[in-house]
Amino acid sequence: MLERTPPASPVYLRDAADPRHLERALGDLAGGMRCWRLAWALAWLDIRNRYRGSVLGPFWMTASTAIMVVAIGLVYSTLFRMPLREYMPWLAVSLLIWNTISQIVNDACLSLIGSEGVIRQMRLPYTVHILRFVIRNAIVAAHSLPLIAVVLLLTGAIPGPEAVLAIPGLLLVALNGFAVGLFLGMICARFRDIPQIVTNVMQLAFFLSPVLWKPVLLGPAAAWLPLNPFYALMETVRGPLLEGGAPLVVWAAALVYTAATGAVGFAFFVRFRSRIAFWV
Amino acid sequence: MAQIEADRVSVEFPLYHVAARSLKKRLMARAAIRLREDESHRIVVAALRDLSFRIAPGERVALVGGNGAGKTTLLRTLAGIYEPVAGRLAVEGSIGTLIDPAAGMDPDATGRENIVLRGLFLGLSEAECAEMAEEAGQFSGLGEFLDVPIRTYSAGMGVRLSFATATLMSPQILLMDEWFLAGDADFMARATERLETLVRGADILVIATHDMHIVRKWCTRAIRLEGGRIVADGPAIEVVGT
Repeated sequence: MLERTPPASPVYLRDAADPRHLERALGDLAGGMRCWRLAWALAWLDIRNRYRGSVLGPFWMTASTAIMVVAIGLVYSTLFRMPLREYMPWLAVSLLIWNTISQIVNDACLSLIGSEGVIRQMRLPYTVHILRFVIRNAIVAAHSLPLIAVVLLLTGAIPGPEAVLAIPGLLLVALNGFAVGLFLGMICARFRDIPQIVTNVMQLAFFLSPVLWKPVLLGPAAAWLPLNPFYALMETVRGPLLEGGAPLVVWAAALVYTAATGAVGFAFFVRFRSRIAFWV
Repeated sequence: MAQIEADRVSVEFPLYHVAARSLKKRLMARAAIRLREDESHRIVVAALRDLSFRIAPGERVALVGGNGAGKTTLLRTLAGIYEPVAGRLAVEGSIGTLIDPAAGMDPDATGRENIVLRGLFLGLSEAECAEMAEEAGQFSGLGEFLDVPIRTYSAGMGVRLSFATATLMSPQILLMDEWFLAGDADFMARATERLETLVRGADILVIATHDMHIVRKWCTRAIRLEGGRIVADGPAIEVVGT
């Protein structure tokens, strides 16, 4: 048998009279990040299992978005009286970002419930499961990148060097994903009605956010758009790709929303972390 | 030095989906001993109540008691999965758990991939995982089936794989549930030998079992649980009889 005893003996101490919630939550967060290799492996397994036996696999999402972009593009460019060459890149980028965000939010409800088997069998930092969920969604999103490139090339809307600003935008989306995964993951484990509510809210948000329509159509009311967190986050990725960058107010709003989701998610985690094993 | 110290440890399970008033009343009336209503009107099951014990290095402890006495819950609490709602628990030493055979297994992955996955769960590097896969593969005797998704395995093959994978460690504290002692005779002979090595290597063994033969053979001490409380604690022979 191989010798795998760690040199120092770790001490596991739980005292209900002295719960030290904050310290434990921080330790969990650090431990989760250290286990990134495990999270990565689990995320790949998730992807593989989800698309087992399917020929296109995650590219199904790309394919269906491609068809949607062409079909909606033809009809809505006429509706909005916009030239196809102008509307198409907007629609493709918007839809792909929206799909990613909405998938992250819906999947967030399962970030802990989905790992129930593991949570109840071994002690692991809970943030590993959240990390797994973020990586899983990042992998799916990465499959759509080629489509954006294709549409931008075909319509000649090649972005300038400002396009690199989309990367911090994507990072903000990922950070929000982590916070939302923590928050919704816990709430959904405890209250099983939340996933349905979330699905409905996301459907509503799709129509209220500028995905199909451009903000200019709102006229002067467009100034209020940064109040919509989905708009702010989408714009930090979409702006650099299509319009040579996003306005400062959008970045500021996106940062504020990220800080807010992060704070709420972490506060919940600190308070209720020790209950998760009983909830899932 | 490995040791376990529990001081008035209690674990409670809230029953979240028992909200209906009438059902609640019926439950409370029938089994008021272990169910109670907490301050926010939830029904909670007192799974473990006021457990105090100390396990010193070298001790081999059997947890005995009927179904639902709290044996597996206690193992999970010692493993750090459930956190106590009251009391203090200190566990010193690396912990190895053999609680659920399928823990962390992915039915769609092959046997080999599952072994690697287990290695990652234990926090090993890729090289160590590959080495582990080799070793566990050999021990399980699964041969070419090692590269087939485990959902196609028979129940017996599943146990072999889980066993080979789960016993690839040498923890200071070994927490075991008794399913590990079930399996086909041919495999059991080898498995028992391996388990005994593992048990000998560990500083502390805590095993939940119904098998008094195992208690007498392996354990120096037995704790009898009943309704989540300790009703007897002492030398194995005294607690379970000869």
